[in-house]
Amino acid sequence: MKEFAQLFLDLENTSSTNKKVELFRKYFSKSSDQDKLWALALFSHKRPKSIINTRQLREIVLGITGLEPWLFEESYSVVGDLAETLNLVLPSASRPVEQSLSYWIDFLVSTRPLEEADKKKKISEALDAMTKPERFVFLKLMTGGFRVGVSKTLVLKALGQYLEVDPATLAHRTMGNWSPDTTTFRELLMSTNQDEDLSKPYPFYLAYALEGSPQDLGMLQDWQVEWKWDGIRSQLIVREGRLALWSRGEELITDKFPEFEPLAFSMPSGTVIDGELLPVKDGKPLPFALLQKRIGRKNLTKRILNDVPASIRAYDLLEFDGKDLRRVPLSERRNILKGLVEEVGSTILQLSEEVRAEDWAALDKLQEGSRSKMAEGFMLKRKSSPYQSGRKKGDWWKWKIDPMTIDAVMVYAQKGHGKRADLYSDYTLAVWNEGELVPFAKAYSGLTDKELTEVSRFVRNNTREKFGPVRTVTPELVFEVAFEGIQLSTRHKSGVAVRFPRIHRWRKDKKAEEANSLTDLKDLLTQYGEQ
Amino acid sequence: MSTPLLSFTNKGIYCAQADVFIDPWQPVHKALVTHAHSDHARMGSRKYLAHDQSKEVLKLRLGDDIQLQTVKYNQPLSINGVKISFHPAGHVPGSAQIRLEYKAQTWVVSGDYKLEDDGFTIPFEPVKCTHFVTESTFGLPVFNWRPQSEVIEGINRWWLANKAEGKTSLIAAYALGKAQRIIQALDHSIGPVFVHGAIHNVNEALHRNGIKQKPTTLVTPEIAKEAYKGALIIAPGSALGTSWTRRFQPFAIAQVSGWMNIRGIKKRRGSHQGFVLSDHADWKGLVQAVKWSQAENIYVTHGYKSVFSRWLREQGWNADEVETLYEGELSEGESGTQV
Repeated sequence: MKEFAQLFLDLENTSSTNKKVELFRKYFSKSSDQDKLWALALFSHKRPKSIINTRQLREIVLGITGLEPWLFEESYSVVGDLAETLNLVLPSASRPVEQSLSYWIDFLVSTRPLEEADKKKKISEALDAMTKPERFVFLKLMTGGFRVGVSKTLVLKALGQYLEVDPATLAHRTMGNWSPDTTTFRELLMSTNQDEDLSKPYPFYLAYALEGSPQDLGMLQDWQVEWKWDGIRSQLIVREGRLALWSRGEELITDKFPEFEPLAFSMPSGTVIDGELLPVKDGKPLPFALLQKRIGRKNLTKRILNDVPASIRAYDLLEFDGKDLRRVPLSERRNILKGLVEEVGSTILQLSEEVRAEDWAALDKLQEGSRSKMAEGFMLKRKSSPYQSGRKKGDWWKWKIDPMTIDAVMVYAQKGHGKRADLYSDYTLAVWNEGELVPFAKAYSGLTDKELTEVSRFVRNNTREKFGPVRTVTPELVFEVAFEGIQLSTRHKSGVAVRFPRIHRWRKDKKAEEANSLTDLKDLLTQYGEQ
Repeated sequence: MSTPLLSFTNKGIYCAQADVFIDPWQPVHKALVTHAHSDHARMGSRKYLAHDQSKEVLKLRLGDDIQLQTVKYNQPLSINGVKISFHPAGHVPGSAQIRLEYKAQTWVVSGDYKLEDDGFTIPFEPVKCTHFVTESTFGLPVFNWRPQSEVIEGINRWWLANKAEGKTSLIAAYALGKAQRIIQALDHSIGPVFVHGAIHNVNEALHRNGIKQKPTTLVTPEIAKEAYKGALIIAPGSALGTSWTRRFQPFAIAQVSGWMNIRGIKKRRGSHQGFVLSDHADWKGLVQAVKWSQAENIYVTHGYKSVFSRWLREQGWNADEVETLYEGELSEGESGTQV
């Protein structure tokens, strides 16, 4: 555990990717196979199945420290990370013992069947047996969320160096539903026979946002242009008559979408399609929020299946006839995909249409229609491109439409969490309505650290009232708020709800009186509103 | 009940009986200054009263021509019947808790303080009173400092490791207090220690005040780049990230602050090494100081004041939070103003 905890600390102290790869390579070279497997699992967001809930975990720590629950919660809201807060309030261990990462994971798993009281007792004892960095990892195993700015690609690069295997191969081998309980390091990474796992998806190829102007990409003829749909990027797999549906987050979601089951029969075996899972009714996409709601449901009633039917907009073909097509140029993959979709002839599997235009300028014009199509802009894909693995620059780009913006006045401010615990970074913003300010969105600051410091000082010096952690401030500062969507809402005082609001910039040039009004906001609703 | 001896006004903490302000943030006639940090010692007042060891730094920061009177610790003077004395706060050289006594009331305004003896600053001395004004910069139970020796050992090890890699070690620290504390505690046998001009000026001022320190060298354009290899440089946070640091390449940066205790805050300040060391009291320190004061009335200022005052009330103290403009230990971006 000591080495793993140290790896964790070291990773946070560097921003250099090469250094991080080196740290992982070193870790892999000196830890046991079982520890390596767990390290890989944890950095791929897999962790031992729930051991204890966070309420019980809090109770254990409050029991040891004697802290008042509210005082703990105040601390948690400042620190922003539960495992870290628990670790910080605990006293130093009285009898640290050195054990491996897998030892502690096995230990946790062994407590799973115990009665609550016994489980708590065992865990409290363990908390007293670790140094602070180790204890942090131990607590993280129970609370989840190993986020340290390390991508799976980076881990695989290090693993590739260590095993002397191509990282892309490792990426494929580590996709899907494995867990350290069901496999071993050698089985997962070193066996060349991967046929047994029929549901295994390919690593997704992800695009970066376009930085410059599309003109810089060269001839439009060399590019395939599609709408960028706002759904769940997915892989649909049919092998040996069985269907599997994977989300980009490597989650198996087959059971959530029974409507795709017939495709297991109508699609040829050995087929893998990359596409967007969308809620579509009468040929028109529905708001993404409805799909989210559907996924959140425990029971899929007839009603919800009828109200929010799902379908796939097919982008790409990764496997056909059991053959991996990823090295074949996009234009050829597209041709086979077209034929396949036609042959299947189902309304729930449709080709993501290509957008054609004379030139880039014409395309730019067409892009303005994105919102009414419920799309977020265009995807630009080089026709000759292979299907790569992970996020890569060069061949695929997202060309998103500009967000909607409104100039609004800050009326409430609250200190941030975690990274921003010492600064006022969460603001409630309001627009004018008949001489009054009506709040319409809460946004996290997209300001620079320097601006944040400046705003925080303003908040400290211009507080009118305090309600718990929230401060009412003199309405003076104007911010440009950007958002992706706008909807009617009965739950908001303003009557509208916006999607992904964030602060674009500080309009130092504007006075509070010059901010936008509720009428401006409602105009956007009529123009672009989602039903 | 008699009128409180001190009141909290929009200019600062005020004693009407003696007509003096303590650490005012607007110009006043007479200012008592707990210590020379810029959020406590501000420009523009007619007369200042501070501790002896604050003298030269105050003149450096507020101007040579200020009207400044200084006193020793535990040396009372009287203004219109109010007995006023300064007592060690252990925060930075010259820092004081200011005690004001009049009739049945004894108030202690503690400014900023820490309880640990840092081996450089005269350590904190508990002062009994009826009314205690305390900071709360780190007033949450997640702030528990490790002993200084342990932290310094970590810094020494980091320095050695950088040296072995052929790198210069850069430390960001407050120009008054933190910088000198680190200089004093470091193992100078590892290599030479250089300082930024802002810190050099404070060192010189403290020297004029008769405070002995381990020798350091000022970074100047004349010094050859090679001299910095394996050396340790101490600079205010505002100097890092500027072209000033170019001469030290390749280098590693460490932040030394109580805020480094929280991963999120550390990350926001860049992916650097962080060491948890503060000149402010941690949670246990704040609680201890309140207990030692034996005061019934506690006024909680700058920091997590609503949390700390609520907790004190629940433990039976008569505690209130008070709005001031003191800033405690700041984010790196703001520490530049402390120079």
